[in-house]
Amino acid sequence: MTDAALPNQAPPGEPAMRPHRSLWRDVWAQFAVHKGAMAGTGIFVFIVLAVFIGPYIHTLDPSFIDIRNKNQGPSFEHPMGTDQLGRDTFAQVLAGGQVSLAVGVTAMALSLVIGTLIGVLAGYFRRLDGPLMRFTDLFLALPLLPLLLVIIMLFRDTLRSAFGPETGIFILIVFVIGITSWMQTARIVRGDVLGLKEREFVLAAHSIGTRQHRVISRHIFPNVLSPIMVSATLGIANAIITESALSFLGLGFPSDFPTWGRLVFDGVTFLEQHPERVLYPGMAIALTVLSVNYMGDGIRDALDPRIRSNR
Amino acid sequence: MSVLKKTLLATAAALLTTTAAHAERGSDGHLNIIYWQASSILNPFLSGGTKDVEASSMVIEPLGRYDEKGNLIPWLAVDIPTVANGGVSEDLKSITWKIQPGIKWSDGSDFTAEDVVFTADYCMHPEGGCQQLTKFADVEKVEALDALTVKVTFSKPKPHPYGPFTGGESPIIQKAQFQDCMGAKAPECTEQNFGPNGTGPFRVTEFRANDVISMEANPNYRDASKPHFATLTFKGGGDAAAAARSVLQTGEFDYAWNLQVDPTVLADMASAGKGQVVSAFGTSVERLMVNLTNPDSALGDQRSTVEGGPHPFLTDAAVRRALSLAIDRQTLSDVGYGEAGQPTCNVLPAPAIFASTANDECLVQNIDLANQILDEAGWAKGGDGIRAKDGVRLSILYQTSTNAVRQDTQALVKQWWGQIGVETELKNIDAAVFFGGDQSSPDTFQKFYADIEMYTNNFNGTDPEKYMSNWTCGEIPSPATNWLGSNMPRYCNEAYDALAAKLAQTSAIDERAAIAKQMNDMLMQEGAMIPLIHRGGVSAHSNTLGGVLMNEWDSELWNVADWHRTN
Repeated sequence: MTDAALPNQAPPGEPAMRPHRSLWRDVWAQFAVHKGAMAGTGIFVFIVLAVFIGPYIHTLDPSFIDIRNKNQGPSFEHPMGTDQLGRDTFAQVLAGGQVSLAVGVTAMALSLVIGTLIGVLAGYFRRLDGPLMRFTDLFLALPLLPLLLVIIMLFRDTLRSAFGPETGIFILIVFVIGITSWMQTARIVRGDVLGLKEREFVLAAHSIGTRQHRVISRHIFPNVLSPIMVSATLGIANAIITESALSFLGLGFPSDFPTWGRLVFDGVTFLEQHPERVLYPGMAIALTVLSVNYMGDGIRDALDPRIRSNR
Repeated sequence: MSVLKKTLLATAAALLTTTAAHAERGSDGHLNIIYWQASSILNPFLSGGTKDVEASSMVIEPLGRYDEKGNLIPWLAVDIPTVANGGVSEDLKSITWKIQPGIKWSDGSDFTAEDVVFTADYCMHPEGGCQQLTKFADVEKVEALDALTVKVTFSKPKPHPYGPFTGGESPIIQKAQFQDCMGAKAPECTEQNFGPNGTGPFRVTEFRANDVISMEANPNYRDASKPHFATLTFKGGGDAAAAARSVLQTGEFDYAWNLQVDPTVLADMASAGKGQVVSAFGTSVERLMVNLTNPDSALGDQRSTVEGGPHPFLTDAAVRRALSLAIDRQTLSDVGYGEAGQPTCNVLPAPAIFASTANDECLVQNIDLANQILDEAGWAKGGDGIRAKDGVRLSILYQTSTNAVRQDTQALVKQWWGQIGVETELKNIDAAVFFGGDQSSPDTFQKFYADIEMYTNNFNGTDPEKYMSNWTCGEIPSPATNWLGSNMPRYCNEAYDALAAKLAQTSAIDERAAIAKQMNDMLMQEGAMIPLIHRGGVSAHSNTLGGVLMNEWDSELWNVADWHRTN
C-alpha cells in the first residue's frame, strides 16, 4: 500500500524536475476538492463571524427586558422577534453562539489532548497499556451525572469567587466536559496505534535508530490523525449538547446568560405558539455540528496519504 | 386570560347542574390522574412531600378535614369538637373526638379509637422521624375512652386544638398493619408504607415507587354508592407542561396537578376543548427570603449562620425597602401566573380576616422613590453604575429552583434592581436538590448560601399560628439544628417571639387575627421577606370528569369519592 509504486510519482532519477510540495499544501489541495468540506468550512466561518462580529452591528443587549414588546414577530428592529419577556431573540442567539462555540471548541480541544495522549501512550508502550486502559475503563464506568454534580458542587464557589460567575463557570464547564469525554478517543487511538506500530515503516524507522518520541511524532501520530479528527468533530457537538444539559439542571451558567442549549430549552415551552424560538438556536446548533462534521470528513480525507495520493 | 375565566365559570356551572346520577359503586370505569412529581411512598408520616400526602389521601383519611372554602368539616368523626358542643374542654387543654360508627378498614376489620391512638403513638415515637410531628406539638397523651371516642390532652392550653388527626397530612393508619413498624423500623416496613390499609374510597393494588400507583375501589367504603370509579391510575413523572398537555390537549389523563406553566401556554392548551383549568387561592405566597446573615464563602462553616455575623448590606432597612419598591408585582403576576396570581405585600394574605393592609405601599412599583431612599441612605453609584458605601457594593446572589416561570421572574427582578444600581447574579438549582434538605449539599434552601432566595410557602388549614411561628429565633436553621428550621431569613426579634407566644395563648378569633396581622406587619416592615405573588393552585381536569372541587386548604383529591364521569 504505502510502498506501492504510484503512477503519478516522478520517475526515479529526476527529482529536480518536480517543484517542492509541502505536506500541508498537499493536504489543502485535497481538502479543496471535497465539496462538502468546503461548504462546511464556509458555513462554519460564517457562523463564527456572525456570532463574534454580529453583536457590533446588531447592538441590542440580549438580556434587556422590554416587557411591553414581548412575543413579537420578526421585524426590522427584532429580526427574529422577541421572547416572552421581550428580549431580542436575534441578539440572544448571537450571544448564545459565542458561549456555545467557545465551550464546544475548548472542551473538545481538552478532551482531544487527553484522549490522544492516553491513547498513543497506551497503544505504543506495552507496559503502560494495562494501567492506562483500566484507567479509561474506570472513567467509562463512572456514572457521569453524579460525578459532574460532585465536581461542580465542590469547585463552583471557589472558581466563582476567583474568576467571577461567568468566567468561573466557563472554566468549570469546559474542564468538566473535557475530562469526561476523552475516553472514546483514547480507545480508538489506542486501537489504531496497536496496528500501526507493527507495520513495516515503523519497523524500518526503528531499524535505522529513530528514537521513540520521533517514531511517535513522525510516523504514528500523523497516521492516527484521521480518527482523531472524527472524534474532534463529534466532540464539539457533544460538548455543546452536554453544556445545555448542565444548564438545564441548574448547574451551568446563570439562567439569564444565553447559550444555544439554554435557548432551545427555554423555547420548548412555547413550541406550539412560537416554534421559531426553538428553530433558530436549534438550527444554529445543527448547522454548526453538521458543518464541523463535514470539515472533519474533509480533513480526514486530506490527511490520509492513501486517498491523497490516489487523486 | 379570558379563556381561563370562561373555563372557571364553565366548571362552576357544570358543578351546579350535575348531580350524582350514578348510584352504583364503580360504574364509571377507570380514572387517570397525573402528578408530575411521582409519589415515592404512601405514608405521609414518612414524607412531607405534597405528592405523597395527596396520593395517600385517597387511601387513608383523617378525622376532620378542610373543605374547598377552608372550613373544617368532620370526615371520619361525627362532628368537629368545639368548646360550644363540649368537645373541647373549657381550659382548652383537651379535645374529644367522636368517631362515626360502622366505619371499616379496606381489609374488612372495624375502625376503632385504638387505631387513632396508635397513629399518635406511631408519629410521636422519638425514633420514628415522623414528618408530621408539628401536627402533634404539645400533645401530652392520646387515649381511647371507648371504641369510638378519642381524647387528646395537651400540655398547655391550645386555642386551636385541631393539629392531630385533621387534614391530609395527619390521617389515621391501621394499628393491626403498622404495629410492628414503630420507631426506627418505620422506614423498613416497605409493604405497609407502599400499600396501607385505609378507610378511603380506594385501595392500592400495585405500587411502583416514583412511577405508577394502581388502585381499585375499596369494597368496604362507608358509602355503598361510592366511589364512582372502579379503578384508577396515579401516574407520576414528567414536567408541568407535559402534564397539562396530557389533560388539556391529548386527553390521555383526567386530572393534572400543580401546573406552574406560562399562563399564555396554558390558555392555548385549554382552547383545545378537551379539558379545563381550575384554580383556587389558599395561602401560598411566592416570596423573596432576605438573608440577614453573612453568606460569604470565606466564613467556612459559619456561612449564613447567626455566628457568622450580620449581612454586609441587607441588614440596612433602606436597602430592603428599596429592593421591594423596585419590583413591579403586577407585571410578575401577568407574566408568570395570569389568573392564578395576585400581587401581594403580605406573607399572610389569607384567610381574609388575617390579611393586613398596612404594607400596600409595595403594590405599586416606584423606581424613583427606591433610588431616592438609597441616595439618602448614603449608597452612592460608582463608575460601573452599582451603588456602594464604605467599600461594600450592592451585589446580590439571587437563587431559586429551576422552573421557567421562576427564571422569568428572576430576569425581570434583576433588570429592575439594575435600575436602582443593584447588581444581581442569578442562580437556579434543581428543585429536588433545592428543596431536598440534603445536609451534605450546599444548595438547599435551608443553608441559604446566597443573599436572596425565592420560593413559595403556605400552610394547611386556616389557622396561621404554627406558620407565623416559623420566624421566631428558635426556628433559625444552623449546623447545630442539622439545618432544620423554617426561619430562612434568620430573623430574630424578641418582640416577635413574644407575639408568637401570645398568639398561642389567645383564643378569641378577633384577637388572634389582630396578633397575626401585627406579626405579618412586623416581618414586612423589618424586611425579613419581600412577598411577591399570592399564588393560587392551578390544576386541570378533563371535560368528562365531574365533581372536582379544587381545594387549597387540604389535599386536592380530598373528595375523589365524589368524582364521576359526565357526558
